[in-house]
Amino acid sequence: MTLEGYTQERININLDTGKIERTSLSEEFCTDYIGGYGFGAKILWDELKPGIDPLSPDNILIWAIGPYPGTILPTSSKYGLFAKSPLTNLFGMAISSGSIAQQARRAGHNCIVFYGKAEEPVYVMFDDGDIQIIPCEEAGIWGKGAWTTDEILKEHYNDQKLAVAAIGPAGEKLSKIGCVTNDRNRQAGRTGMGCVMGSKNLKALCFRGTKSIQIAKPKEFYEFGKELIKRSIGTATAKYRNYGTPDGLVPYNDMGMLGNYNFREGFFDKMENFSGQWLDENLIVKKVACSQCTVACDHLARVPKDHPKWAGATGSMDIENIYSLGSNCGHNDWFAIIKAITLCDDLGMDTISAGTTVAFGMECFEKGILKKDDVGYDLSFGNSEAVVQMIEDMGNRSTKAGDILADGSRAAAIKLGGNAMKYAMQVKGLEFPMFAIHGMSCFAVGSGVSIRGACHLRNGAYGLDAKGKFDRFGYDKPLERGKGIKDVEDEYCIIDSLIICKFTRGIYTSKEDHCTAYNLITGWDMNPEKLMVAGERIHNLAKCFNLREGATKADDYPPDRFFDEPPTRGPTKGVTLDRNGFASLLEGYYEVRGWDKEGIPTDKTLKRLGLDFCIGKLKTKGGKK
Amino acid sequence: MPRHEFIVVNPDKCIGCELCETVCSFVHEGVFNPLHARIKRVRIEPIVNIALSCQKCEDPDCVNACPQKALEKSKKDGSIKVDEDKCTGCAYCIRACPFGAIALSTISGKVLICDLCESTEYEEPQCLELCPREAISLENVDQIAGEKRMDAVKRLLTDLVSE
Repeated sequence: MTLEGYTQERININLDTGKIERTSLSEEFCTDYIGGYGFGAKILWDELKPGIDPLSPDNILIWAIGPYPGTILPTSSKYGLFAKSPLTNLFGMAISSGSIAQQARRAGHNCIVFYGKAEEPVYVMFDDGDIQIIPCEEAGIWGKGAWTTDEILKEHYNDQKLAVAAIGPAGEKLSKIGCVTNDRNRQAGRTGMGCVMGSKNLKALCFRGTKSIQIAKPKEFYEFGKELIKRSIGTATAKYRNYGTPDGLVPYNDMGMLGNYNFREGFFDKMENFSGQWLDENLIVKKVACSQCTVACDHLARVPKDHPKWAGATGSMDIENIYSLGSNCGHNDWFAIIKAITLCDDLGMDTISAGTTVAFGMECFEKGILKKDDVGYDLSFGNSEAVVQMIEDMGNRSTKAGDILADGSRAAAIKLGGNAMKYAMQVKGLEFPMFAIHGMSCFAVGSGVSIRGACHLRNGAYGLDAKGKFDRFGYDKPLERGKGIKDVEDEYCIIDSLIICKFTRGIYTSKEDHCTAYNLITGWDMNPEKLMVAGERIHNLAKCFNLREGATKADDYPPDRFFDEPPTRGPTKGVTLDRNGFASLLEGYYEVRGWDKEGIPTDKTLKRLGLDFCIGKLKTKGGKK
Repeated sequence: MPRHEFIVVNPDKCIGCELCETVCSFVHEGVFNPLHARIKRVRIEPIVNIALSCQKCEDPDCVNACPQKALEKSKKDGSIKVDEDKCTGCAYCIRACPFGAIALSTISGKVLICDLCESTEYEEPQCLELCPREAISLENVDQIAGEKRMDAVKRLLTDLVSE
C-alpha cells in the first residue's frame, strides 16, 4: 500500500556532536500515531529517560507534522513541538501554525528530533534536504527578539518567505514559560518549549522547501478539498472570521466564566467597550491568515499613532491573551493589552502563562508577599502600565520580581514561599486559560485531567458547560459526563496529530470526513474506528508518560481557590466547586477511560490500545516538582 | 484596442493565505508547490497582504526582453503566451517584469505566466474560484478605472451620496 502525504523521513540532530542522522518512519508508525502529537508522544515514551531534568541536555525536543501541510486542505500548515516540559516536569507540547509546516514539508521533513546541547548558540537551517547547524554569531541573532531574528534571517538568506521559528530573550534566559514564535503572530506557546530550545542553545529553526508535494488521489482530493474550503468559509467558522475569538468575551462573562482578578471573580466589573465587536470596529486594522488557512483568525489591532507610549504597536488579538493580560490583571485598557501581546510574542513568552503569572504577582503584591522594592513600581490589580512593564521585566529577567515571575506561577510561588501557592492558578504547573471554573463542573474535570496542565485545547469540556449539555452547577451523570469529555479529548488528539486547526473542526461533519481527507492524501485505508482508537492510544500514551514521570491523581485537581473561594458577583456569586462532586466526576471520567480509581490505565486498556509496552512501567520514578 | 481582463487582487480583502499559489500549481502542474505558481502572494508585516500575477501590459517588458522571441502577447485575450520550444529558461523576462509575476518551473525549466487557467480543464481561474475572501477578480482597465472614479466621487461628495 502506498503512503503519500508523509515523507516518512526522520532526522536526528545531535547538538552535542553536530551529527545529523536520517532514519525512516515505518508505515505502521505513521498510521498508528498519525503525526504531530502522536509522533511526539511515542518518541518521548520510547526515548526519554524518566526523571531527567527537563533543562538538561538529556531532554529531547521533537518537531513533527502530519501528512497534510502544503496541500490545499484548510488550516493544514501546522507543526508541533514536544519535550519534557520545564514548566510542568511532565508531558510538554505546543502547536503552532503559520508558514513553517508547509515549507518544512516541501523541504522533505516530517519529524525532527533534537538531542543534547550545542556548545554555543546556534540555529538550524533546513534548506530542502541540506541541513546546517550554524552559530548565531554569524547573523548576530542571539539576544534578539523573535521578530527581529525572523527579519534578520529573512534578510540574511534574501528570502522573504523563509519560515523561521525562533525563541526570544525569554527562552534564551530559560524562562519556563518561554515560547517559540514564527510568522510574527503564531506561537508554539504552552509548556515552555521555547525554554527547552534555550536550554539546548538552539535559537531558531529555518525552513525552505522547493520540492513539489504529490498526494495519492489528486483529482478526488481536489474536489473534496474544494468542498472543505467552501465549508470553511461558512457558518462553522463565522465566529473566528468575524469578531474572532474575542467575540466570546461578553457571553462567557455573562455566564460568570471570564477569569478576572486572578480568578477571584468570573464576572468582570469593567466590561465597558470590552467586547469582540467593539474591538473589531475600533482597533482591528487587518485580519491575516496562516498558510492555506481560509479563516484568518489572526486579528491585528493597532495602538493609535498619537498614543504617548505605545504608538503603532500592532498585536494579534485572541480571547485568551485579552483575558490573561487584561481582565485577569483587573483592567480593560486595550492599548496595554495590545502592547503586552507584542512584547510577549517578541520576547518569546506564552501570553496565557505570562498574563496569568502577572495576575498571580499582582495578588502576591496585594498580600505583601511580593515586595514593592523587588518590583520597583505599583503592581496593583488594574494598573495596566504595570502589566506592560512586568512583561518586559519577566522577558528580560531585568528585575528581582521579573526574574521570579519569569518561571511561571508555580515556580514563583515556591520561591516566594508563605501561602503564595494559594494564588498560583495552574494545574500541573501550567497556568489556566480564560475559564473561571467555579460554576463549570465539566471543565473542572476537563482542565484538571488535561495532559499538559490547565488547558482549553486538550478537550473542549468547557463547551459541555457553556452549551448546557450538562448542569454546570451539578455533579450528576458522572459516566455520561466522563464520556463527553473523553470523546472530545480523543478527537482533539486526532486533530493535534493530523495536525489541523481546531477552528476548522466544524467543517468535518463526521469522522468519515476526516478519513476521506486522510485517505485521499495518503492512499491508506483509515476508517473512523481505527482513527478514534488512534486518538485514544495517543492520549493514553501521553498519560502513561506523565505517570512514569510521577504524576498522581492529585495532579488532576484544579486549584483550591475554585473549591474554597466563591466569586462575589454575577451568575456564579457564592458558587464554588464541590469536592465530593468533583471527585465523583473525576472517577466517572477515569472509569470511562478504562483507568483505575487512581487514574492509572489498566493493563486491559493498554492492551486494547496496542500499548502493551507501557505495562509495568507506570511506577513513579520521581523527578516531579 | 480591445480591453483584456486580468487577475486583480484587492489588498483590503486578501488575508495572505497562499491558497491561490497552491491551487495554481496544482491545476497547472498537478503538484502542490508555490514555486510553480503563476500568482505570488506578497506579505509585508504586519498588515500588507496581496497577490500578484500577470498584468497583461499593453507593451510588455517581458516580451521585449526575451532574446529567444519565445513570448508573445495574444491579440485574442491579451495573455502572454510562452512558446515552450523556444524558451530556454534564461529568465530575462523574469528580470524585466516590473511585478515579479513570472515564475521559472523547476520541472520543465520553462517560464510560467498566468493564462487564466486556459490551459487547464477548468473554465474559471481556480485562484479566483477558491479565494476564501473573494479578493481575486477578473477585470479590465476600464472597469478598474470606473470603480476608482466611483470611490473618488463617493469620498468627495459624501453629503450628496448619503442623501
